[in-house]
Amino acid sequence: MPNYSWPPMDKRRIMGQRISRLDGPVKASGRAKYNSDLNPQGLLHATLLTCPHAHAKIKSIDTKPAEQMKGVAAVRVISKEGTEIQWAGTEVVAIAAETEAIAIDAARAIKVEYEILPHLVHEHDLAAAGTRARASGETIEGDPDKAFADAEVTSEGEYGIPVITHCCLEPHGSIVQWSGDKVEAWPSTQNVSGFPGSLAQPLSIPATQIHVHMDYMGGGFGSKFTADRWDVEAAQLSKAAGGRPVKMFLDRATELTIAGVRPSAYAKIKTAAKKDGTFTGWQSQTWASGGFAGGGGLNATLFPYVYTKVPNKRINHTAVSINAGTQRAWRAPAHPQISFLCCSALEDLAAKLEMSSLDFFLKNADLTIRPDVYRAQLTKAAEMIEWQKNWHQRGDKTAGPIKRGLGIGVNTWGGLGHASACRTTINADGSVAVDLGTQDLGTATRTMVAMVAAETFGLGIGQIKIGLGDSRFPVSGASGGSTTIGGVTVSTRKAAVNALGKIFDLLAPIMNVPADQLEAVDGRIQQKGNPSKSMTWLQACAKLGTQTISETGENVPRDAPKEGLINQGASGVQMADVSVDIETGVVKINRIVAVQDCGLVVNPKTAESQVFGACIMSCCAALTEERVMDQTLGRVMNADMEFYKLAGIADIGEILVHMDITPEHDKKGIIGLGEPPAIGGVAAIANAVANAIGVRVPMVPLTPKRVLGALSNRRMA
Amino acid sequence: MNPKDEGKKKRRSAFSRRGFLQGFGAGTGVLATGVLAPEQAEAAPATPVQGPGEVAITLTINGKPQNVKVEPRATLCDTLRTALDVTGAKRVCDRGTCGACTVIVDKKVVYGCTVLAIDAAGKRIETIEGLAVAPKLHPVSKAFWDNDAQQCGYCTPGFVMAAKGFLDRNPNPTLEQVKKGLGGNLCRCGTYVGIRKAVLQAAKEMQGGRNA
Repeated sequence: MPNYSWPPMDKRRIMGQRISRLDGPVKASGRAKYNSDLNPQGLLHATLLTCPHAHAKIKSIDTKPAEQMKGVAAVRVISKEGTEIQWAGTEVVAIAAETEAIAIDAARAIKVEYEILPHLVHEHDLAAAGTRARASGETIEGDPDKAFADAEVTSEGEYGIPVITHCCLEPHGSIVQWSGDKVEAWPSTQNVSGFPGSLAQPLSIPATQIHVHMDYMGGGFGSKFTADRWDVEAAQLSKAAGGRPVKMFLDRATELTIAGVRPSAYAKIKTAAKKDGTFTGWQSQTWASGGFAGGGGLNATLFPYVYTKVPNKRINHTAVSINAGTQRAWRAPAHPQISFLCCSALEDLAAKLEMSSLDFFLKNADLTIRPDVYRAQLTKAAEMIEWQKNWHQRGDKTAGPIKRGLGIGVNTWGGLGHASACRTTINADGSVAVDLGTQDLGTATRTMVAMVAAETFGLGIGQIKIGLGDSRFPVSGASGGSTTIGGVTVSTRKAAVNALGKIFDLLAPIMNVPADQLEAVDGRIQQKGNPSKSMTWLQACAKLGTQTISETGENVPRDAPKEGLINQGASGVQMADVSVDIETGVVKINRIVAVQDCGLVVNPKTAESQVFGACIMSCCAALTEERVMDQTLGRVMNADMEFYKLAGIADIGEILVHMDITPEHDKKGIIGLGEPPAIGGVAAIANAVANAIGVRVPMVPLTPKRVLGALSNRRMA
Repeated sequence: MNPKDEGKKKRRSAFSRRGFLQGFGAGTGVLATGVLAPEQAEAAPATPVQGPGEVAITLTINGKPQNVKVEPRATLCDTLRTALDVTGAKRVCDRGTCGACTVIVDKKVVYGCTVLAIDAAGKRIETIEGLAVAPKLHPVSKAFWDNDAQQCGYCTPGFVMAAKGFLDRNPNPTLEQVKKGLGGNLCRCGTYVGIRKAVLQAAKEMQGGRNA
């Protein structure tokens, strides 16, 4: 059995270095071709006619006016007469035409009659949900009733975080060409290897006949795992149009209406503690909606977030079905919501105890699953945000309208590598190819693969040709749940070690050194520790003559933890320092700090970028981001980017990131990083606002209206 | 620019989003850059009606005249991307909010989705493709790479062009000016920390180049 383990931390030449991403130059120069950029010969442009009603039955569809228009190539009814539609934006007809403008004109010309049915699009008022609300059972641990009866201090609060959308800048969609018995697809997807399988069934052709290509993609965040209805329709339109390629990417309004949302989460929470700050009891009644199917995914085992070992708890959840677009995974599914609900309730309890929330989180660290890690991270983050100097009891008592406060949010995540296979090829000319059916979403997967291969072969990263984004490469998992880094680094490492083993076997008799005594360093193959007995990489590969080495490596998640290359269980802490103008209600972020562990860090530069990005996403969700539904119209009122607001470059304050890079963290192996830092930021910001203004703003995003509302309730109380 | 084009531009500007923003004092970050410089809503002389069918125009893109037939309703962004296969500028919000389609027209930074292609005829259009010839990188692009100011990269070409236009007017900006100057572009992955550093680095390098 070859030794696949990582070189010792102090012996690594490339892994652990701050390396600029390989695709940086093509992306920063506009030369990177995303699939939505492609204009293949004979391209047709497609669009969707969608339903404007939240709940309706289709009485009739007349597509003739569209079919008769000049330039229209194919029209397909997706939702037939009699279909009951459950949310506005549902796809009704797909049209392909010579130009996008003609396709849009044709969609407008189609006449659809609906029987409009009653709808519900709001879930924040659980009492109004009636039969649309489904309780999903109660979880009890310990004796919560006794804990609350015995409690020296209790706190109660209500909290809410609305539905948000993924708002991928490259919209969902694809170019598909179905000619003869073959389908070529250029989608925007997080799952290159799995895309043929999800397209095969609806098209009724074997997945082996479907070939997927994707070099770059413009954001997914959990919403682009499978082929969607529009991808299927693009294929069908292509077939109907005689095999011409069809481009179907959603317009912005449709993207924000039906291409996935993060579920909301609302809660009534009660907490109990001893006077000394010992956390003793938890009770939460939560409700949420992820669209028509209800959902919400607020797993009871995650409550109270990170502090799950609190001895007494009662947890209830109710899923509410509404007539709105369906939930999809959203960077750390359910965790940001649960972190926000729970950390807010714990901050309120700490305030009731007149205790610093830092002290409360530290004091109760033994109730977390990784007490030592959280203790160290809380301490580090507190130092970075100057907690001791800046913290005050709830409510900034200084004069003037600007109130400043500090808050904490915590995160936890699994992040074990997914199944991944990789093929490494070494040619006699010394060139090396590493191919795997993964994808680079902007997380620098391409760069990580190159770093691992280069480390193993003793070459520079520029000497490795990376192939990904092609479904004909060895199968690699979907990029979701922070599973990619673990999967691709293990499969790449194993394939490279296996290929190197073949080179060693070949050279052993030639160099008169046993194969297991050879090593690859600095572009040479040499006897271990003896550069005088060596051969350059080129000389070594030349010995291959007419042969080519091709070896595979595989990550099997079940076996991975015992192999020691990768692991699961990331921890992190975010803290926020905010200023709130209590006259205008405007919240300004001064500073956010993030301390994050993800085991062995392959590339600190791009890892930090992941954390910066996650903190910035948290700023959006905490301050501006919210899908607004109108109960009368039943529609999304802000399916655009003026009113579906993302933070801009001036809105995020100063962000400081500290990656835990130590021998102790390193020896855990590689752990996924995408999700965890996207979790705690909303709680940190919301808690900082409560600390600043002296009152809890129950609902995020913390708009001026909500901040002023919370302040005026207090004054009235 | 011929007087005809000038007239068209002025007529359009009376109803443009930038005029609206200006009037209501919103989008100060953008205005401060000169990206959305004040335009006067003057009464315009009558101009001949174009369309509704396709019309032949010439767009001067990165110094090269290119003939193209477009419907008068086609935006500059769509015309570049689809008819001319110039795809650095991306279509994201498609209504003048996110800046992913940022290009420079007659030295002014504009959103390509809010300019009609026919209005851009006869003007100097600069796109990211014109910044440097592959494999060379413009200092702004290089600074974005060095500072990891991109993840998925879909907003990046727009940001690079906005930064280029901003630095042309503000060669030696402070961090605060950078924050205001690039307020007209949005990123979803959250690359602003890198972008701030990148623009400051590019400013230094471009100045260095000039003074050297």
